[in-house]
Amino acid sequence: MVAQDHNRNRQGYFGKYGGRYVAETLIAPLDELTKAVEQVVASSDFQNEWRAYLTNYVGRPTPLTEAKRLAKTLDPTGQFLFRLFLKREDLCHTGAHKINNALGQILLAKRMGKTRIVAETGAGQHGVATATACAMLDLPCEVYMGALDVERQAPNVGRMRLLGARVIPVVAGSRTLKDAMNEALRDWVTNVATTHYCIGSAAGPHPYPTLVALFQSVIGDETHSQIHAATEGLPDGVIACVGGGSNAIGIFRPFISEPSVTLFGVEAAGHGIQTPHHAATLTLGRVGVLHGSKSYVLCDERGQIQEAHSISAGLDYPGVGPEHSHLKDAGRVTYLSATDNDALTAVSQCARAEGIILALETAHAFSRIETCARKVAQLRKRPVTMVVCLSGRGDKDLSTLLERLAPTGVLP
Amino acid sequence: MSRTESLFRESAETQHKLLVAYLCVGDPSVEESIDLAHTCLEAGADILELGVPFSDPSADGPTIARASERAVARGVGLSHAFEVARAVCNRAPVVLFGYYNPLFVYGEARFGEDARTAGIDAVLVVDLPFDEASPLASAIAPIGYVPLLAPTTSQERLLTLGAHTRALRCPFAYYVSVAGITGSTTLNPVQAAARAREVSEQTSLPVVIGFGIDSAEKAREASKGAAGIVVGSAIVKRIEERASKAERKARVHAFVSELRRALDVPC
Repeated sequence: MVAQDHNRNRQGYFGKYGGRYVAETLIAPLDELTKAVEQVVASSDFQNEWRAYLTNYVGRPTPLTEAKRLAKTLDPTGQFLFRLFLKREDLCHTGAHKINNALGQILLAKRMGKTRIVAETGAGQHGVATATACAMLDLPCEVYMGALDVERQAPNVGRMRLLGARVIPVVAGSRTLKDAMNEALRDWVTNVATTHYCIGSAAGPHPYPTLVALFQSVIGDETHSQIHAATEGLPDGVIACVGGGSNAIGIFRPFISEPSVTLFGVEAAGHGIQTPHHAATLTLGRVGVLHGSKSYVLCDERGQIQEAHSISAGLDYPGVGPEHSHLKDAGRVTYLSATDNDALTAVSQCARAEGIILALETAHAFSRIETCARKVAQLRKRPVTMVVCLSGRGDKDLSTLLERLAPTGVLP
Repeated sequence: MSRTESLFRESAETQHKLLVAYLCVGDPSVEESIDLAHTCLEAGADILELGVPFSDPSADGPTIARASERAVARGVGLSHAFEVARAVCNRAPVVLFGYYNPLFVYGEARFGEDARTAGIDAVLVVDLPFDEASPLASAIAPIGYVPLLAPTTSQERLLTLGAHTRALRCPFAYYVSVAGITGSTTLNPVQAAARAREVSEQTSLPVVIGFGIDSAEKAREASKGAAGIVVGSAIVKRIEERASKAERKARVHAFVSELRRALDVPC
C-alpha cells in the first residue's frame, strides 16, 4: 500500500520520480515557491481565503451526481455496475477543475509579491482559469498556447482575450502543449524576479506536482465525504482521465491510502496505441526527463521527445506528472487508454443518457467505465459502485464534436 | 590533472583569456560541424563546446532552438556529437553541451563509456543542476561535470557547490551571465564580470561567462572577470544566415578571429 506522503525519501520525489531538472536560474524561484508552499499555503489565513473563493466564486462544493441512466445504458441488467457517481467539476466556474489550482496559485503569487503571471495551456481550460483568476485578482496574464491548439480550441482563446489575458501562439515543434510549456519556461527564466509561472498540470519541477495536487485534492476530499453521505461507505473504484494528471491526482489523493478503492487513470490512445499517433505516456512511454521532472515520457531511443496525438488538446502531451509514474510502478493505480473514437462515442452516450456534454478529455475516462467496473466487480465478486471525475464540460469542443459526430449519424 | 584543468591553469598564469566556441552538432550537417570546429580552432578558439540537438531546448533562445530543431529533423543526436568530438579532440578540449533526456535515455554508464572513447573532456547539462548531478558525474568519470551558475544562484548554493567540486570533478564553472535564455540581448558585461569574479572566489573554480556575448566588445568586457568566455548563438546565427559552405566557414572564421583579437588586447 502506498501512504499519502509516499516514499518522500528526497525532497520533491515520488519514489524515483520528480525532482528538479531545470536550468540553474530557476532553482532560486523554485526554492522561493517551495518555501511559500510550506509557510503560506499551509497557513489557516491562506486556506480561509482560498476556500472562501472556492465557495463563493467557483461554486464549490461541486455536486456528486448519481448517473442512473448512464449506468443502465452501460449495464442494463446490473451484472457488474451497482451505482455510478459523477464528480461534477464541469459545474465549476469556467467549466473545469483547472480553476481550483489556478486560483490557489494566483493567490499565492500575490502574497509572494509577484506582479505578472505566465501560464501554458493545451485545451485552454487552464489558460481560461488562470486568466479568470488574474482578472479577478488584478494581475497581468500571458498565456502560451500551441498554434495548433489555438486553432482547435478557438472559443477558449476568445474567452482568455475577453478576460484581458494575452494569448501567445507558439509555432515551434508540434505546436501543442509541450511547446507551449517550453515557451512559458523561457519566459519565466527571463523574468524570474517579477513573474510567477502558473503550471496547470501536476507536472513540472518540484514543488509544482505537490502544489497542484494540494490544490486539486479538494476534488477528492469532497468526493470522499459525498460518497460516504450517499452510500455510507467508500466507492469500489474511481476513474479519471490523465494527461499531465491534475484532475486524476486530485480525486485520487484521499483514496490512495484506502486499499479497498481501486483507482484507474485513462490516457489518450489517439488513433490507437498500435499507431504512432497517441498520447499514452504511462502505457507506452519510457522513463525520462521532460519539463523539469523525471517521469514517464514519450520519446524515441535517442531521447528526442515525440509528438503526442489526441483529439483532446488537454491530453495531447508526451509527459505525465511524476506522482502518476510512481503510482503506476507501485501498482496502486491501473492506467488504461482510450482512443479518439472511444472518447467521441462516450460524449454522445453521456449527453443522451444524462444531459451532460463532456469535455473530450473527460470523455476518455467515461469510455472506460464499463471496462473498469467489470474488472472491479470480478475482483469483489459483486456489482460495484464507481465514481468518475467529470473534469470538464464540452462547450469548448463543440465544433470538433459536431464535425466528427455528424457523419456518424448519431445526431438527429 | 585533466588537460582542461591544465589549460585553465596555464592560461591563468599567462593571462590568456580562453575562448569557448559553441556549435550545434549537425547544423547544417555533421561533416560541416567537424569542418567548422576546425575553423573555430584555427581562428583562435581554445575549447569547443558541442551542442547535442534536443527536441525541446527550453533553455535556449530562438537561434539555437532553430538550429537544434533543424538538426533533430535530420536525425542528429548523441552519436553524431561523439563523431565530431573524435574528429577534433586531439586539437583541443571538447565539452559536450546538452539536455538531460538524451543522455539519460542513452544510459548514463553507456554514455560515460562512449564519451570517454570519443575523447570528450567535460559534460555540461543545462537542465541538470549540480545537486542532481552526482549519478551522471560518477558514470562519466574521469570526464568532468561542468556546473552552470546563474545570477539567481544563492550564496549558500555557491558554497554547497564549492564543497562538491572535487566529487563532481568540475574542471571549471559556467556562469550564465543573465537570467534568461541563450542569445539573450540584455547582457551587462561589466556586471557579469564582477559577479563571475565572486562566483570563482566562492567556488574556487575557474569560471567562463556565457549567454548573450555577441560582440568583440562584450567578449572583452566580460572576460575581465573570468578565465574566459563562451560564444554560442552569435556563431550559430552566422552559420544560419549564410547560404554556401564557403561563406559559412569564412563568416565563422572572421567572427571567431575578431573575438580572439579582442580577448588578446592587453588590459
